[in-house]
Amino acid sequence: MKCDECKKRPATVHITKIVNGEKTLMHLCEQCAKEKNIFSVSFNFDGEPLSMQKFLASFFEPMVSEFREKSQPLSCNRCGLTFPRFTQIGRFGCSNCYEAFKGQLDPMLRRLHGKTYHVGKVPRRTGGRVRIKSEIERLKRELQEAVNAEEYERAAQLRDKIRELEQKLGRN
Amino acid sequence: MALEELLDTSRIGWINSTGPDSDIVISSRVRLARNLKDVPFPHLLNGSQAKEVVKRVYDAFTSNSVLAKDARLYLMGDLSETEKNLLVEMHFISPDLAREDKGAVIISSDRRISIMINEEDHLRIQCVFSGLDPQEAYELASRVDDVLEEQLDIAFDERLGYLTACPTNVGTGIRVSVMLHLPVLTMLRQVDRMFSTIAQLGLVVRGLYGEGTEAWGNLYQISNQITLGKSEEDIIQNLMSVAGQIIASERQARRNLKGEDRLRLEDKISRSYGILTNSRLLTTQEAMGYISDVRLGVDLGIIKNLKPEDLNNLFITAGPSYIQEVFKKDMTPLERDLNRANFLRGKLLK
Repeated sequence: MKCDECKKRPATVHITKIVNGEKTLMHLCEQCAKEKNIFSVSFNFDGEPLSMQKFLASFFEPMVSEFREKSQPLSCNRCGLTFPRFTQIGRFGCSNCYEAFKGQLDPMLRRLHGKTYHVGKVPRRTGGRVRIKSEIERLKRELQEAVNAEEYERAAQLRDKIRELEQKLGRN
Repeated sequence: MALEELLDTSRIGWINSTGPDSDIVISSRVRLARNLKDVPFPHLLNGSQAKEVVKRVYDAFTSNSVLAKDARLYLMGDLSETEKNLLVEMHFISPDLAREDKGAVIISSDRRISIMINEEDHLRIQCVFSGLDPQEAYELASRVDDVLEEQLDIAFDERLGYLTACPTNVGTGIRVSVMLHLPVLTMLRQVDRMFSTIAQLGLVVRGLYGEGTEAWGNLYQISNQITLGKSEEDIIQNLMSVAGQIIASERQARRNLKGEDRLRLEDKISRSYGILTNSRLLTTQEAMGYISDVRLGVDLGIIKNLKPEDLNNLFITAGPSYIQEVFKKDMTPLERDLNRANFLRGKLLK
């Protein structure tokens, strides 16, 4: 995202201003933000007086008000944390929350990290399962193609391979 | 509780300034955030659940007799305020861990590994090395991670990677940071400009004692912010290249200063040495400033009777809580400043 002011540098400062109930969003680079003297009130770069939690909460303002109108807020079926509560405290309740709030997280992740998917280390022991699982998914798609193309010999080979991997998953 | 042994700074693995670029980079630190799959995140745990997590992690770590040899477990609930502050000052734990009783920390005998338990995440594996060496730090942290993962089911998602309590850490869960000593760039008021550029590269600058603290002793910590969508190696490389540029500017600035204004520089450094070896009262902040000058003097060959590691040592022992823990009693601020001045003088004139 480019800075709203100079339209050149990347925007690293995102500001929600609420004046008399009127909300405006600004996306600025640090230099323009400094020039606009935005930090003079409560925010400066040397310290971090604005907590990450509050900062995160501001991402979600529009979504939360949307949720308030519905009677049943979205919540995690494992730890019970509701989505509005998450946006207030800026923390998930358990690892299952990511699954529970799946549909809501991408815009925030994109703003925080620029990406919405992981690249890098995979756990050695359980990560093996992740790899096997995605391999099975891939083979199943291939099997479907083979069946569609009436290549039964290849399909049988694929089926055996899938079985083998599924057994491996079961054993672990 | 054998916290006194942590006062022995000679056992801190990174203190000897043997790492790359250690004239400017004090240390490199890597932190990996990990969570248990089947347990709510620490902020939702009650006392007994939190204890259970501590036990599981400790058991998993000590299953590896090599890494865990002579490692110690400290429970926050068992420590006094001063003791907890000391752990924060020495960078073994974060202020957040110290604030609550449900946390714990495991510290390895060479002080390179510290594992915070029940901080924001169940696990925060930290490794520290001397100089600009985040790769080594990452390799060790990753090994500790593997050892723990052998025994514990870690929350990991195929798409999002390692799942963390705060979405700012999700993905790799890695924070790489380097502690830089930048006395001349600070003197020339070039740090602010440089750090605003750094912010645009997705990196953050913090003071000596972490978020929101000042750069006492001209010590700055630079670390990555983005954890998702980039590999550990890329994150480390990015930080290394930025650190490399800062190191080059500080070195250049030192050379210029030495060339243009050697006499004034020698005067400033020698005065600071004089104050450290003669004053009767020293606050932490004041002491840090003089230690920084003397360290610069050692790096530039102006002060010859001390080694860089002597000053690394002083940076730690000048901390607010260190003195308190050495003397093991409540002191008025004046008594603390008196004891600190005596202690530092003793170390320098040994």
